[in-house]
Amino acid sequence: MSKKDLGLLILILVVGAVVTAINPRFLSAINLANTSNLVALFGILSIGQAFVIITGGIELSVGSLIALLGTLFIDFIAVRELDWPLAFVVIIVLGAVIGFVHGWLITRLKLQPFVVTLCGLLIYRGVARFYTADGTAGFAFGQNFPTLEFLTAGRSYGLPNSFIALIVIAIVMWVVLHRSVFGRYLYAIGKNEEAAKYSGIRTGRIIIAAYVICGVLTALSAIYFAMYTRSISPASHGQFYELYAIAAAVLGGFSLRGGEGSLVGVILGTVLLQELQNLVNLLGIPSSLNFAVMGGVILIGVLVDQQWGVFRARRRMIEATRQNVAGAPAE
Amino acid sequence: MAHRLLSGAMTSTDTTHPDTAPFLSLEAVRKTYPGVVALDRFSMEVRPGEVIGLVGENGAGKSTLMKILGGVTRPDSGTITVDGVAHDGLTVEQSIGSGIAFVHQELNLFENLDVAANIFFGREPLKAGPLRLVDRAKLRDMVAPLLKRVGANFSADAPVASLSLAQQQMVEIAKALSIRARLVILDEPTSSLPMAETEKLLDVIKGLKAQGISVIFISHRLHEIERVADRVVVLRDGTLAGTLAKDRINHDEMVRLMIGRMLKEREKAGEATRAPGSVALSAEAIRTSTYPDRPVSIELRRAEILGLAGLVGSGRTELARVLFGIDERLAGSVTLDGKPLNVGSAADAVANGIFLVPEDRKLTGILLDLSIAQNITLPNLPAHARRSLVSPGAELATAEKQKKNLGIKAPSVLTRTGTLSGGNQQKVVLAKWLAMNPKVMILDEPTRGIDIGAKAEIYGLMRALADAGVAVLMISSDMEEVIGVSDRIAVMHEGQISGILDKDDFSQENVLLLAVGKKPKLLQAAGGVQ
Repeated sequence: MSKKDLGLLILILVVGAVVTAINPRFLSAINLANTSNLVALFGILSIGQAFVIITGGIELSVGSLIALLGTLFIDFIAVRELDWPLAFVVIIVLGAVIGFVHGWLITRLKLQPFVVTLCGLLIYRGVARFYTADGTAGFAFGQNFPTLEFLTAGRSYGLPNSFIALIVIAIVMWVVLHRSVFGRYLYAIGKNEEAAKYSGIRTGRIIIAAYVICGVLTALSAIYFAMYTRSISPASHGQFYELYAIAAAVLGGFSLRGGEGSLVGVILGTVLLQELQNLVNLLGIPSSLNFAVMGGVILIGVLVDQQWGVFRARRRMIEATRQNVAGAPAE
Repeated sequence: MAHRLLSGAMTSTDTTHPDTAPFLSLEAVRKTYPGVVALDRFSMEVRPGEVIGLVGENGAGKSTLMKILGGVTRPDSGTITVDGVAHDGLTVEQSIGSGIAFVHQELNLFENLDVAANIFFGREPLKAGPLRLVDRAKLRDMVAPLLKRVGANFSADAPVASLSLAQQQMVEIAKALSIRARLVILDEPTSSLPMAETEKLLDVIKGLKAQGISVIFISHRLHEIERVADRVVVLRDGTLAGTLAKDRINHDEMVRLMIGRMLKEREKAGEATRAPGSVALSAEAIRTSTYPDRPVSIELRRAEILGLAGLVGSGRTELARVLFGIDERLAGSVTLDGKPLNVGSAADAVANGIFLVPEDRKLTGILLDLSIAQNITLPNLPAHARRSLVSPGAELATAEKQKKNLGIKAPSVLTRTGTLSGGNQQKVVLAKWLAMNPKVMILDEPTRGIDIGAKAEIYGLMRALADAGVAVLMISSDMEEVIGVSDRIAVMHEGQISGILDKDDFSQENVLLLAVGKKPKLLQAAGGVQ
């Protein structure tokens, strides 16, 4: 765990301690279970975003995708009565295809990630609303999917199953990002795409793969979100979720220029964001201030991090100068 | 202080009078950088309405001289007299204030704005009132006479993006005139211009002269200098190699003064220990996007260092980029070991053992934020991985071995490459390719910005590669390096190979002649005695 991650963890613990002191319900089993379920849902989404951000890109369409894919999923199993495992696979494949198209437009046709995914944001939201004729997708009374519901909204050993899924995904993706050849390529491309290309890396393919990963994880979280809310009105479902994901990555130490950030960081970023949401509820802060609190904390966090960096660079320089001066007569 | 600046000099119709007081004179100017004497005991003067041709090889001190005149650097010693006022050195403000204007090879224009807006950028005439709106009518009135003076055939409201390169240069010159320039310095203005455009520019220079404005014209194209210069100043190794009066300006004389000496210390890569082998890489009539109408053919032989010389912008880097798959090949074919090769990306080139040490080390050669080890294994990472997971042991082993072989000076292979010196960074670039099995190694300006010691080591490495049977192509603008290191020299001129020199015909003069598109003086005449 890097120092940055450690700092974030301490911040999470301090905020948690303060909230607990004011309202002990923060640590109640029910609150923890609820919060950890939300952490899981947003965490899966944010990991996907992190893979795109590390290449220096951005994926703005994930909120709309959660609405579209969630709507489709519920429609498939509730209305069209597909077997849920089949619907699950179809949705995941759809997420992968959409990610591939984004990556292809960005690398082959040289469109800017912001533009491509902004168009995606508008298109998928529109399609979702059109698909349900601006209605609501939901289950009929008495419709049950015991296995699916257990896997998405159930608990094992007191832990939400979604949270267990997040832990598994996080471990796998940690290995991919921090230990695999592909992960190294991602960092290299994020740091300097040109130089990576000159080292013989097929940068286009790697970037497309990052968008595919983002698409798949978004599709997965879309299913979780759908099973969590159980009814979706596509006009508002998942709105601003892309911003939650980006915020989690930024809080977790990712640079939007690419090439920087860790998997632990993005998970901690998600935890902090959900903790803040929870704090607004528990401390009786008007919920209209929700976004303002989040924005304020992110701004402060980024500021502290940046100033800390400046401070450390200066200290290192002074240290180096001192060593040079001390070492000079010996030479 | 130079306060007599603009005292009516513009009204003078007098041109080049040897008797008139010089507008600018430099006396015994010296400038050193750590380890290099860039300019020494340099003196020259420029009279009103005089066109001075300034020539010299790359690295002869032209850029330093320009920086001193522009007020960007201060000379260590010497005097600069502008308009009768002596200075130890100029500041940027003094330089501009005394009417010295630059037109650089890389134009500084806003392509999205129109001509008038560019000329008076930041100095626009404003309408009265709190909104500070630009007075378009007045702006046009101010621009019109300037455009007339440079003989422009375009209007003040034409967008700069729509103009040809020569026209854009006219805009730059008009900009210079707008600040009442009395000396316009043109730095390689024609190097990117086609023939017809060049004519226009030479006319503009003559026009400036007729208006009593002095011009310093820097160019590698000696025949252009022959045509417009009143006097030629030749720089060599930071000193004045000679001055040629109007009647003595000719091509051969300029080349003689530019070279002037035998090779000093021949920069050695060691002699080839074996005869060149068969052809490894052969490019047949390939075309690059920079010179789409000029096909290039070149053959790289095993166990040979082929030097690729030529002036900046002659298409050498573009050729390397095409061979390495970075740029698209517009036409032609490439064979490797006699088999047709289709290189569509750098990854393809690397897979086939064709490696490039690029010109811009920091932007494309290495990743400054990664460690030495990570940089070295980057092109061959799958070989350092088990089941797609990087194996740190294998990675460190390769890096340590290369660090030792190449003598990379760093605390450890985990050191960030960004903290290394230029020479050590270049060794990291070489190391990543040497760790694989090169068949063809292309090096673009491999020793630029590298200290002497590291240079020699890099030459040694290149020779070792050639001795191991690798085909080496070295692009270099350093004449001594090209002659000292290469086994054969190919010279490019305006997008094409203008000639290939064998060892017996190596001379700076021959390289230079080919680089400017002339015939070299060969020992063996065509069909000569064997």
